[in-house]
Amino acid sequence: MIHPARTYLGAAGAAGPLLFLEGTRRAVLGEVATVRCAGAPPRRGQVIEAGEDLTVVQVLEETIGLGPEAARVTLTGDPAAGTVGPDLLGRVLSGAGAPLDGLPAPVGAGRRPLQGAPMNPVRRRKPADFIETGISAIDGLNTLVRGQKLPIFSGSGLPGLALAARVVAGARTPRGEPFAVVFVGIGVTQRETDEFLRGFAGTEAMARSVFYLNRTADPTIERILAPRFALTQAEYLAFERGMHVLVVMADLTQYCEALREIGAAREEIPGRRGYPGYLYTDLATLFERAGVLRDGTGSVTQLPILTMPDDDITHPIPDLTGYITEGQIVLSREMHRQVVDPPVDVLPSLSRLMSAGIGAQTSPAHRRWADQLYASYAQGRDARATAAIVGEAGLPPEDRRALAFADRFEREFIHQGPARRTIAETLEQGWRLLESLPREDLRRIPDATWAERRTAREAAP
Amino acid sequence: MTDIPRVVRIAGALTEVAPLPGAALHEIVRVGDRGLLGEVIRVRGQTATVQVFEETIGLALEEPVRVTGAPLEVDLGPGLLGSVLDGIGRPLERLAALQGDFLAAGADAPTLDPDRRWPFTPSLQAGADVGPGDVLGTVPDRNGEHRILVPPGVSGRLAELKAGDWTVLDPVGRLEDGTELRLAHRWPVRVPRPVAAWRTGARPFVTGQRVFDFLFPVAEGGSVAVPGGFGTGKTVIEQSLAKYAEADIVVYVGCGERGNEMADVLTEFPELVDPRTGRTLMDRAVLVVNTSNMPVAAREASVYLGLTIAEYYRDQGFRVALMADSLSRWAEALREIGSRLREMPGEEGYPTGLGSRLGKMCERAGRALVPGRPEREGAVTFISALSPPGGDLSEPVTQAAGRVVAALWALDAGLAHQRQFPAVDWETSWSLQAEGVAPWFAQHVGEDWPALRREVLTLLQRDRELREVAGLVGPDALEDADRLVLESARLARECLLGQSAYDAADASSPLAKTRAMAALLVRMLEGGRAALAAGRELGALDLTRARRALVALRDGPPAQFEETVAAARAEVEASLRQAGGAT
Ligand SMILES: Nc1ncnc2c1ncn2[C@@H]1O[C@H](COP(=O)(O)OP(=O)(O)OP(=O)(O)O)[C@@H](O)[C@H]1O
Ligand SMILES: [Mg+2]
Repeated sequence: MIHPARTYLGAAGAAGPLLFLEGTRRAVLGEVATVRCAGAPPRRGQVIEAGEDLTVVQVLEETIGLGPEAARVTLTGDPAAGTVGPDLLGRVLSGAGAPLDGLPAPVGAGRRPLQGAPMNPVRRRKPADFIETGISAIDGLNTLVRGQKLPIFSGSGLPGLALAARVVAGARTPRGEPFAVVFVGIGVTQRETDEFLRGFAGTEAMARSVFYLNRTADPTIERILAPRFALTQAEYLAFERGMHVLVVMADLTQYCEALREIGAAREEIPGRRGYPGYLYTDLATLFERAGVLRDGTGSVTQLPILTMPDDDITHPIPDLTGYITEGQIVLSREMHRQVVDPPVDVLPSLSRLMSAGIGAQTSPAHRRWADQLYASYAQGRDARATAAIVGEAGLPPEDRRALAFADRFEREFIHQGPARRTIAETLEQGWRLLESLPREDLRRIPDATWAERRTAREAAP
Repeated sequence: MTDIPRVVRIAGALTEVAPLPGAALHEIVRVGDRGLLGEVIRVRGQTATVQVFEETIGLALEEPVRVTGAPLEVDLGPGLLGSVLDGIGRPLERLAALQGDFLAAGADAPTLDPDRRWPFTPSLQAGADVGPGDVLGTVPDRNGEHRILVPPGVSGRLAELKAGDWTVLDPVGRLEDGTELRLAHRWPVRVPRPVAAWRTGARPFVTGQRVFDFLFPVAEGGSVAVPGGFGTGKTVIEQSLAKYAEADIVVYVGCGERGNEMADVLTEFPELVDPRTGRTLMDRAVLVVNTSNMPVAAREASVYLGLTIAEYYRDQGFRVALMADSLSRWAEALREIGSRLREMPGEEGYPTGLGSRLGKMCERAGRALVPGRPEREGAVTFISALSPPGGDLSEPVTQAAGRVVAALWALDAGLAHQRQFPAVDWETSWSLQAEGVAPWFAQHVGEDWPALRREVLTLLQRDRELREVAGLVGPDALEDADRLVLESARLARECLLGQSAYDAADASSPLAKTRAMAALLVRMLEGGRAALAAGRELGALDLTRARRALVALRDGPPAQFEETVAAARAEVEASLRQAGGAT
């Protein structure tokens, strides 16, 4: 459908980031608007509700000083779209796709609607390709596969973004195909983005990466579109160019705050803790853009990062995210304090697509091995809690052993410092810890698996 | 020009249309130039509010709206099995053929393939008097045989019924009053299909999951809610039930959940072969898929679509398992739409009618004498996952569901974090039908089944009390008899109730195996008690040996079940004799 542009003189009102128009004929839901005011550069906006009596335009730039009466609003008839193309790689752009690196705006290979379209579920391929990140807590226990969306649940002051950077730098795939990286900073600080960028500057990985940066000081509403610019480019690279794309999105909490702001300006009935009732659906339109096509070669893998307000995993933002994503990597303040690096609490962490990625691609015993590490560690953590009350001496011998195991597990398996571990090294590290326990404590390891391990170990130098 | 109904407002999935005098609630309309499918959900004077089942971005004010006069309906007939439909009944493969890898609004695709021919064998002849539900004949379908029914509300004398190769659109027969009969008929999804009489079932819905079959069984035709926080295992349970529960037909509704999970189902279901029939699970399944990023109004409709298809197979006399993952997403869709209507909300923003809608939905499950001849019974067992915010079961949807279901299988994040699966919290889970189906288990599996169940429940209860004490004084301070309880309960949790979906040998547990494991555990507990009573010490009891026997039974190859049971029993008896606990 082609809609001609229409210009209206004067808006009926404004509230926060919203502008209200009366008497708009043929307004199109989602179309781009341009708002002009004397003495200010034109601002861009988008129709988020269309009505003959009232149309609502969400303005992307700062609305301070915007006088509705004098505004000239043009409804362009065009859907919100972003420039996509291979020439965006190597570039640093704003949250709205404008160049920040001093170079001219990218020409691109075309424009694509930011909204994106849902992948037809029957055209999806089940994600199953193992990505070795070099991090034991992930590769061994919460395995990442290509096409997955696996968020990092961080807390303020916890190294969520740093962990994502490590994953990006360390990611290896079985056939060695490199990833293109699409990074989108959503309301993140200059320091954080600089740190992230520094890892790339001057490397050949930079040539395979594109950065969309909406910083803390940038307009809040731009945060709604920034991840969509990034995902639109990611989908282009993956599904039109056949590339494997790793999308890092930080910080989703800032994104949700922006949504809440709009909801409040629209005087919507808020849902839990003031967030819009459609937060789940809205987040799904971002996260579900990860995946692999049945007949394609490319893939979109997402590593979103969010900050749990008050470290509370039941807060609506981590909660709804966990309900959409295929697992989560949860960081722990306690472990961070104990200088466990990376401070991953593996118990609440999960990768739902792990089963497809392990086994043949890692080790046939991987599942049992992981189950046993989990079981022993969980028992040790329980024992630690009991010991805090009754003292270690009050524990039965097996619990005492589990407690000692848990301590070593955190120090020697989860903690790895800056070193990168191959999956073989990760598995070996885990086995060594398990072997510190007597056989009867290892109830998740069947005899056959145990025997194989013994043989393999004896064969090893 | 002004009389043509047009779009006057667009807000998300909602549009307002005027003038639309005389619009009926739940009437289907075609919205805009692309004819998006919409449903009237409110009428005020000349203005109707329409929820649109497709993406509304790109829709413009003043685009015309066409009324259809019909409610949201689905075609029911041969060819449903093996298909993957979106929330409003369009086959996704067909949409992919039309649109490619990504979905776009405005496509039309009939639920049933209009060109496919089915060899029809009538079982009645001209002159017969027929009524609703009577079996007119059969066509072969992927599950074996598809029964062609006289649609509800239709009766009269058969003037003609023709064998032959027909499409679902061809008339295959006629009543004397001229009514044409076809292989398929349409049915409004929001209206329950009538039954002749509801039956209370004494027969359990056998799931293959020990914790459900043994502790919280439901009757065939029961409805179950499975609430649990994210990652607690709801989807794995729904999929395990689809794969292994005893049912003729499986209807799986992916309601507002993940696309990759559906890809998983679509890879696995066609590969899972039933050794008894040689047919795959996909041959007897219908999938309804409306993922979280697909239009929210269609998500709301998807559950009704699933229910209607399930009822249709029930009416043919089949036992149908209907899975909905997740009903919370359905409720949220209602809330999203309700809030755009600016209706006065009830608890937590959900519409005030949530409880009654949920109740009506669950009432569509059940075992029934279905209408028509030959006389037959069918059942729809309805298992719905619930996704409570923060995993908190006191929230409105879980509470409302708890009032209408026959059983609640509550999942616990703590257990899931310890990878104790299925993470069923047996303290908060319940079944109203456990007593009702107990005689069936006693008769068909083993007389001791009800007694074993009581023993294990008591053990778990006692374990809970003791663990509280142990948390205060330390487990080592407990007496031997109590530590025996703790040890046995741990075994019960780990082996008897624990079951890995990824373990080929144990993903499904036949009832005989479930009983054998329970019996072994109880024998060990009783033998241990006897030994302690005879003055032995707990340390002298070789629990490790008994435990190994139980693990061997759990992990043993299903083909050698008899041998494994015998060996495990011998092991346990030997270890008890050694400890002086044998009697
Ligand atoms: N019976 C089981 N055996 C082994 N693993 C299981 C079992 N049930 C669950 N899991 C593990 O837990 C993970 C999460 O399960 P699942 O996806 O079913 O959670 P869910 O409750 O549906 O979560 P959500 O509400 O977010 O969809 C699985 O990916 C799997 O690793
Ligand atoms: Mg799920």
